Amino acid sequence: MEHEEEMNAVPVDYKYGFITEHKTLKDTGKGLSEDVIREISKEKGEPEWMLDFRLKAYEQFVKMSMPTWGPDLKSEVDFDAYTYYIKPSERTENSWDDVPDSIKETFEKLGIPEAEAKYLNGVSTQYESEVVYHNNQKELEDAGVIFLDTDSALKQHPELLREYFGKVIPYADNKFAALNSAVWSGGSFIYVPKGVKLSKPLQSYFRINTESMGQFERTLIIVDEDADVHYIEGCTAPVYSTNSLHSAVVEIIIKKDGKCRYTTIQNWSNNILNLVTKRALCEGEGSHMEWIDGNIGSKITMKYPACILKGDRSKGTTISIAFAGKGQTQNAGAKMIHLGKNTSSSIISKSLSRHGGNVTYLGLVDHGKNATGSKTNIECDTIILDEMSKSDTIPYNVTRNGDITVQHEAKVSKVSEEQLFYLMSRGLSEEQATEMIIMGFIEPFARELPMEYAVELNQLLKLEMEGSIG
Amino acid sequence: MTKPVLTINNLQASIEDKEILKGVTLEVKGGEIHAIMGPNGTGKSTLSQVIMGHPKYEVTGGEIFMNGEDVLEMEVDERAKAGLFLAMQYPSEIPGVTNSDFLRMAKRAKLTEENKRLSISAFVKDLNQKIDDLKMQKDMANRYLNEGFSGGEKKRNEILQLLMLEPQIAILDEIDSGLDVDALKVVGDAINSMRKPDFGCLIITHYQRVLDYIKPDFVHVMMHGRIVKSGDIELMKKIDQEGYDWIKI
Repeated sequence: MEHEEEMNAVPVDYKYGFITEHKTLKDTGKGLSEDVIREISKEKGEPEWMLDFRLKAYEQFVKMSMPTWGPDLKSEVDFDAYTYYIKPSERTENSWDDVPDSIKETFEKLGIPEAEAKYLNGVSTQYESEVVYHNNQKELEDAGVIFLDTDSALKQHPELLREYFGKVIPYADNKFAALNSAVWSGGSFIYVPKGVKLSKPLQSYFRINTESMGQFERTLIIVDEDADVHYIEGCTAPVYSTNSLHSAVVEIIIKKDGKCRYTTIQNWSNNILNLVTKRALCEGEGSHMEWIDGNIGSKITMKYPACILKGDRSKGTTISIAFAGKGQTQNAGAKMIHLGKNTSSSIISKSLSRHGGNVTYLGLVDHGKNATGSKTNIECDTIILDEMSKSDTIPYNVTRNGDITVQHEAKVSKVSEEQLFYLMSRGLSEEQATEMIIMGFIEPFARELPMEYAVELNQLLKLEMEGSIG
Repeated sequence: MTKPVLTINNLQASIEDKEILKGVTLEVKGGEIHAIMGPNGTGKSTLSQVIMGHPKYEVTGGEIFMNGEDVLEMEVDERAKAGLFLAMQYPSEIPGVTNSDFLRMAKRAKLTEENKRLSISAFVKDLNQKIDDLKMQKDMANRYLNEGFSGGEKKRNEILQLLMLEPQIAILDEIDSGLDVDALKVVGDAINSMRKPDFGCLIITHYQRVLDYIKPDFVHVMMHGRIVKSGDIELMKKIDQEGYDWIKI
């Protein structure tokens, strides 16, 4: 009942509503089979081609083996133990009491109001940002921008989905991409028409829909010629989920002279396996993709945002941080595939490990035979905060033509005694001094974030440094 | 206000079991400027680092008091809060932290509980004025702390911190190295402007040229881990002419 009331609170002229058809299906139960997939597709009322896509993906998923790199997933993942589809309306019945105290405390320390915290943890679907969201939506409509959850987009813009869905990341790409393709739900769909440059970022945070925080999100962004968009996924606040496998797919297509920035700050609670495939196709000449990727939470993260630089003069940028604390493995990196002439890429990776955390940069830069005059710059910096923690840097560079430049710098450091002494001699406590050095270390990442996110990130890392988060 | 006083009694310190300071005794009071001279490798810089509490040295004997409080019992930051300051010979670089943010945090750390407020606009005005006084580049406030600074810029930045943090007793360790004549004059003027009964200064150097700009009240010669001779500016002049060889240990 309460849920229905909340739905009614949405303005009447609200065009792209929630999926509110109430059916009897609550979830598909544990485990995965062809029947489960048929059930999901039927429940969503999908076109035949999407069901076919899901079924083929499932077939592929069953055939494929686990990734051969990174952490050992075999002992972590039991595919029969998960529920692959939960109806959004059911998800909101999560109880605030189920959210761990450590996470509630963090919200308190971050100064996030309980109402917002509940929203972020899927306890309620309502948050006061409705009005902001609604105004924003009007602006977007006037410019011809489409910003929807992917399920609604499939209903409202089937032709766009049919053309682009699964084209940048085919379902056979890897086992987890196949899994996502078989069971996906939610995620964002964005289309930015030719010449439209959005001054404000689009945020999943304001797209009020329970499915935005789903397990198997599917995001598709199409940036047309000379258009410009910044999309922000998730938020710095910790996100708790009882479903411990999260496997998203993000596909982006950028046309001539278009630009896309995709900002993520992932802070899943530390029971989550976060196995994500993100790839942008810089299709047009002079197109530009920027991945701003922060990984703080989760038990295991495997994520390597990729740019396929197909258009001549196209550009790919990845700026990332990864923080691994107690019991955490962050296996993150970047891929830059140079196909066009005079393409350029830049990777800045900052990682931190402490309390036995394990952080690895794994990257691939491939310069194809036609990618003459192309260049790449890679910087990987790591700070290991104690003796128990680990860090690795594994860069793969493949060169298929002689006319390219690759620069690679990697640094592993500790917070030095000299730096601490220097700052403490000016009156900072050891804790303040360490914090200052760490904040400085991640500054190249933090400065890329919108102000409020940067402030939250700083606060969050301070809390992490205090060790007051479980 | 009572004059600050730093008292050092028979201080002994070693690094990796090698004894460097073999009993240093010295008192610096507010209103006084002391200079410690001496050849390289006699323990001058060690003395400054031990006073500030660098963890790589072990104090094996003696005492240090700041206004009667036991300095050797204090953490490094507590020493700063007690009124000590060390302008370092090799200041560390802290990438990603702006000079301005750092100074604001340091300044706030030194404020007492009753006086926790720091007006940001007053701080910024004060900082810009002092950057100007020290003839530093305008963008200095927003550059990352010492990162990519030239030797001279680092030294001026130490003096900027000194001016901003207003300690009671400052130790300047080889502040003149890396400075040209113009910069020496600017630094000299800044130190002279701080000469007050509530500020004392200990200058450590092995050249006397910085002392052309800052006239010390007391001159000490340090050799082999001890202060072997003390006097006034005449002692400095004699060293300038005759070197250290005449001093018998």
